[in-house]
Amino acid sequence: MIEESIIKKHTVLSEHAAELLQSRQSSTVKPGLSLSQYLYKIGSGFYSLLKGMKLTGSYFVNPGKIVTQPYPENRETLKMFPRFRGRVIMVHDEDGEHSCTACGLCEKACPNGTISVHATRNIAGRKVLGRYVYRLNQCTQCNLCIEVCPFDAIRMGHDFELAAYDRDSLIFILNNKEGRG
Amino acid sequence: MEINHLQAPPGFTDTAAAEATTEEYYLNMGPQHPGTHGVLRLVLRLDGENVQEVVPHLGYVHRAIEKMAENQTYLQNIHLTDRLDYLSSFMNNLGLCMAIEKGLGIGVPERGEYIRVMLCELQRIQSHLLWWGVLGMDMGAVTAFLYGFKEREMITDIFEEVCGNRLTMNFFRPGGSSADVPDTFLPRVATVIERLKRALDEYQTLLTDNIIFQERTRGIGVLSREKALSYGCTGPVLRGSGVQYDGRKNNPYSIYERFDFEVPVGQGGDSFDRYLVRMEEMAQSIKIVQQAMETFPTGPYRSKEFSKYRIPTGSYFSQVETARGLLGIYMVADGTAKPYRLKYRSPSFSNLSAINEMAVGYKIADLITIISTLDLVIPDIDR
Ligand code: SF4
Ligand code: SF4
Repeated sequence: MIEESIIKKHTVLSEHAAELLQSRQSSTVKPGLSLSQYLYKIGSGFYSLLKGMKLTGSYFVNPGKIVTQPYPENRETLKMFPRFRGRVIMVHDEDGEHSCTACGLCEKACPNGTISVHATRNIAGRKVLGRYVYRLNQCTQCNLCIEVCPFDAIRMGHDFELAAYDRDSLIFILNNKEGRG
Repeated sequence: MEINHLQAPPGFTDTAAAEATTEEYYLNMGPQHPGTHGVLRLVLRLDGENVQEVVPHLGYVHRAIEKMAENQTYLQNIHLTDRLDYLSSFMNNLGLCMAIEKGLGIGVPERGEYIRVMLCELQRIQSHLLWWGVLGMDMGAVTAFLYGFKEREMITDIFEEVCGNRLTMNFFRPGGSSADVPDTFLPRVATVIERLKRALDEYQTLLTDNIIFQERTRGIGVLSREKALSYGCTGPVLRGSGVQYDGRKNNPYSIYERFDFEVPVGQGGDSFDRYLVRMEEMAQSIKIVQQAMETFPTGPYRSKEFSKYRIPTGSYFSQVETARGLLGIYMVADGTAKPYRLKYRSPSFSNLSAINEMAVGYKIADLITIISTLDLVIPDIDR
């Protein structure tokens, strides 16, 4: 795909590269620098260092310009963006009802078997949701389950700091309001 | 694997010579080494601290993504591409989506294309900022690390607002993206672009103009034009060696041919050239984002969604220029909802294979610089 003209155009450059390589490899016996060259090198190196330190110094005396993240001190007030993907949660209204119909689309959409939808029948004989198992330890926060749900029964929660010591505690039963089975 | 110091470990070319001299020895660099940027293991043949030969050993983070792909639907596969080169996840998403779009013969609405290009270019800047900071830190300048991450955080915040994740985006879908950008997107991008322009000048003062930094990169790790081409290097590594090839310019995809930008090339292929190419690429990406902001259209962000993505039998290829080079995606479809075979040609793998060519004759400290200017992402190599 690289055109011939591009290759031709840069043969000069590769000669330059060969020169560089050679000069470098033969520099095991470096030609000694004269004293003035040596001093100049130290001086110019020091000058460029000072220029950089002038910049860092300007930030030092103007702390207002610095953007810092006060985390974890602000974890109580920290607000995530609306689309933030924490973990999957099931939306419950005031009466503790959810709108999941146990259709199982999210289970099929999930790439790694994170979700298991166990349907059951209510007294009237209609198919309803029994247990909605969500395994956070397998979830890749890919959002596919949320996109596919036709009833918007699940969404991404905004909680962060999801680490735990026990991997069993990462399995949630989402249709329980507390998330535990 | 245990390394016997008398016998050359596998992979070295010059076994007899290695046994003849007593000064040469073998050393493991990695898999746990901060300079290798991940679980990469390099076995070095050293003479004192001069590098004689480098043999990379791969596979520590191999997850068989290409095999997994055969058991996942096309839509599910997009989230696996995030995990190739995790610093270019938007561009990886784009590559797979373009292959799927080719298979289905569907297009992308104008706004969808603009969203794609803007996010990809912002991510190129973000990825280069991380590289710049880490390069500084590898060479002992922790200041660079902190400054690079400061601006990177602003871009990451935009991504978090747009798609909810900071690293593994899974945002683009065949025919567009999974959601529209929020109203705050354009103003936020404008702020970041303004800040970045000033930041690039700061970076110049901090690192580029620093004589000590230049002494440690000029003439180090020279990769000639021919070698870069024959190893299949792409991206800034190839351009640093003087080949003006960029997938966005020479093989334009999406709507890149509408934007006016330059492809920077290096002179001699040393570490400093690769450095300058990446610094200039950031400036060029800023230019592209600015042009896109001026003509950002309204309208739909995604063409019609399918309930099931079944791709007709055939093979499809697409390629994107990620922050590290060319990512090629070869997809064989058999008419079902899952690919028959999905092959990724990852840029970091080819770039790494040139390491022996670049490192021989330099010191170990220079090897760290060389690895850093190759900008390797290990999960991209192993897949
Ligand atoms: S976010 Fe992705 S991985 Fe997690 S449960 Fe939903 S579909 Fe599965
Ligand atoms: S959460 Fe939505 S997609 Fe999943 S079973 Fe319930 S209704 Fe169906």
